[in-house]
Amino acid sequence: MTTECHLDIRGVSKHFGGVQAIGDVSMQVNRGEIVSVIGPNGAGKTTLLNMISGFYHPDSGSILLADRDITRLSPSRIATLGVARTFQNIALFRGMTVLDNLMLGRHVHMRTGALSAMLRFGPALREEVQHREVVEDVIEFLDIQPLRKQPAGALAYGLQKRVELGRALAAHPQVLLLDEPMGGMNIEEKEDMARFVLDVNDEWGTTIVLIEHDMGVVMDISDRVVVLDLGQKIAEGTPDEVKEAPEVVKAYLGTQAAS
Amino acid sequence: MAETTLPHYLLRNAREFPHQVAMREKEKGIWQQWTWRQYLDEVRDLALGLVALGFERGDKLAILSDNRPQVYWAMVAAQALGGMPVPLYQDSISRQLAFVVDHSDAAMVLAEDQEQVDKVLELKDDLPKVRRVIYDDPKGMRHYDDPWLTSFTAVQEKGRELGRQQPQLFDEHVSKGEADDVALICYTSGTTGQPKGAMLSHANLITAVEGMQTVEPYYPTDETLAYLPPAWVGDTFWSLAGALMTACRVNCPERPETVQANIREIAPHFLVAPPRIWENLVSEVRTRVDDASFMKRWLFNKLMPVGEAVARKRMEKEPLGGFQKVLHKLAEFFVFGPLRDHLGFRRIRSAYTGGAPLGPEIFLFFRALGINLKQVYGQTESGVTCVQRDGDVSLGTVGKPFPNVEMVVSDDGEVLVNGPMVFKGYYKDEAATASALKDGWLYSGDAGLMDPNDHLVVIDRAKDVTALTDGTRFAPQFIENKLKFSPYIKEAVSFGQDRPYVAAMVDIDMENVGRWAEKNRLAYTTYTELAQKPEVYDLIALEVDRVNRDLPASTHIRRFLLLHKELDADDEEITRTRKVRRGLVSERYADIIAALFSKEVATVPVTSVITYQDGRQATMETTLAIRDVGAVLAEA
Repeated sequence: MTTECHLDIRGVSKHFGGVQAIGDVSMQVNRGEIVSVIGPNGAGKTTLLNMISGFYHPDSGSILLADRDITRLSPSRIATLGVARTFQNIALFRGMTVLDNLMLGRHVHMRTGALSAMLRFGPALREEVQHREVVEDVIEFLDIQPLRKQPAGALAYGLQKRVELGRALAAHPQVLLLDEPMGGMNIEEKEDMARFVLDVNDEWGTTIVLIEHDMGVVMDISDRVVVLDLGQKIAEGTPDEVKEAPEVVKAYLGTQAAS
Repeated sequence: MAETTLPHYLLRNAREFPHQVAMREKEKGIWQQWTWRQYLDEVRDLALGLVALGFERGDKLAILSDNRPQVYWAMVAAQALGGMPVPLYQDSISRQLAFVVDHSDAAMVLAEDQEQVDKVLELKDDLPKVRRVIYDDPKGMRHYDDPWLTSFTAVQEKGRELGRQQPQLFDEHVSKGEADDVALICYTSGTTGQPKGAMLSHANLITAVEGMQTVEPYYPTDETLAYLPPAWVGDTFWSLAGALMTACRVNCPERPETVQANIREIAPHFLVAPPRIWENLVSEVRTRVDDASFMKRWLFNKLMPVGEAVARKRMEKEPLGGFQKVLHKLAEFFVFGPLRDHLGFRRIRSAYTGGAPLGPEIFLFFRALGINLKQVYGQTESGVTCVQRDGDVSLGTVGKPFPNVEMVVSDDGEVLVNGPMVFKGYYKDEAATASALKDGWLYSGDAGLMDPNDHLVVIDRAKDVTALTDGTRFAPQFIENKLKFSPYIKEAVSFGQDRPYVAAMVDIDMENVGRWAEKNRLAYTTYTELAQKPEVYDLIALEVDRVNRDLPASTHIRRFLLLHKELDADDEEITRTRKVRRGLVSERYADIIAALFSKEVATVPVTSVITYQDGRQATMETTLAIRDVGAVLAEA
């Protein structure tokens, strides 16, 4: 694995009113790494992800994507730079088919205008065929061939999560941000999802930043783990190192172990 | 030259129909296709690649894959080299897999994907005879560096190389093949003991298909779908031998889950399906109709009986009334035609059901829709031997044997088969061969009878037909099949040998009973809980009562209970083709059976061990209620 720094977060802070969600957090993610961000509820994990994807802008500090400052860029601009994400609460178009939802994932790469796309001729048609090919790769990768024409909203929860991952993958991201991809899943679905995350990383070398509560999964699939508590980074390291760190045991794992 | 082996037929097709589509598989949402010439190229490259890997005449190639073109190429490639394919059930658990691969002395294994490769790798120490494992789908295989493994494309690459050096090599191998060579070792699912490897020669397969062709010809423009397990002899019969001999097109579905959608896209001319699939289609149509608009529902409900009445009259060869004809035309236009199109049966000439009896309502349903659904019958040891003829279809029979099949029912009531399609024996099992093959006659093990019109009626497995204590003849499967015709009953096992009455263990059909429970506002969480609801017992009691009406009083089912789990092939309680392993079930459920025959016992506690597909085990404890059927009737 290369050690080239892919995502560099330098001392970012974010306040909402008087509440400090993130205070001076720095972390680095190397290209091709799977890094998990863990911490109790309200630790600022999602806020951190939202700042990387450009949904929020930090009050101070900066975020670099492959040495390029993306701190102030809009979410759509960041998406075109190769960052895709999934959401904690599934954000699919429920009335649209799985296929259409995935095609939407290609949106950042679409060039032709609305009019020619509607008329479906020439370059627009060729482009659609290309995008469809990419989407079909994703469909095959995630084993969701039977679901193409199903409305996303009608699917079981675990499958919706999988489709959401698919939509993010359709964009062919360099960096994939996953916000609790296994939340609310049963063991089997979790295992499947963990498998997919590893496969994505393996197959395309995608850098992955993952928020997850299931410690088993986190410890299993992460190269490194970053622990947040009350908006502060309290530990960082390999899963084994983090498991041993006394701050972590106290702030997070300790309460888990006791329960 | 006359074709005497299946590879000969492939050469003929590549010569006579080089540019005609031979095969399709849906991939990435598109039907990819191969012409007969491309089919031959793929087979040649693979076969020569196998030669390069050291595959020799008489070697066996075990195949562990869903229906993919590669499966059929591999079968023909092995045959072209004078070897034998040994197809395995894709969902075999480790122990079953290890037995068949080892017993068949397979030199190489073709595994579809990472999942199957993992299964084989885990067994590596138990499979000393396997020299190579070839995998088809490279997904997730990047980090596998075991030298045992080779990819399908790498083998073909080697084959192309060898083909360039020795262009005649493939043809030389094929020309060495003879009709009497073993073309396939097909392991029977075996309801007793270990599976047995039935050896079928080229001549066996070819004459079996020829027999079918004299009755039901297929054409090079015909489409069919290959989606049933390659390890089942029927798949070899239709998708391999049948397709090679008649040059019809075989389509492989995208995924096992997309079969129904793929059938619709392909609109096959002939198709075989087990009863389960026909049953699913009926319940799907009925569910859709329930959700349809008032007008459509009204039309369907009014016109369906017309179709059924017409189908019934045609079966009984009675003339139709004038008004009935008009109504039927209307029904055809408004309901049956569109519905056939929707189901993918727009072009179907023959739809077959086999493996187990199909409920009369289901059978009638499809015939009413104008789908020519027919019962077929056969066994691993001979291929398909019987089919119902067009214009001569009746409920409850499996039709007449093919012209080249000699079939009699012995004095003991066992179906005996003779003809060129009868197999060569079981691989490495002379004792079993001797008891199945006597003077050229195949003892099928099925109890049956010939009805007055010379149609075969299959009753049960011969060895299962026994007697109650009072001497009444008791055929468990006959009763079980009647039970299974109920949409609410998935599986049933009846007992009565040397007992005073008949009792049954029943598996509910989770999907249909679940839907029924929802409609009746019955809350449940698990299969076990649903099965033990008194309301569900009432529901099943009505079904049992319905079955009893069809049975002589002496074999009425007097008591039954609903099992806490489904009988499962992974637990080896049923075979992969869903036949009950009676011996094992009687042993494993001895307590339950004892309780069924102790009149005063009303509940029975059970602990059961469940084996998951990955080999993990879990235990369950619960109490099962027993229901006296007589008691229900008395209350009602």
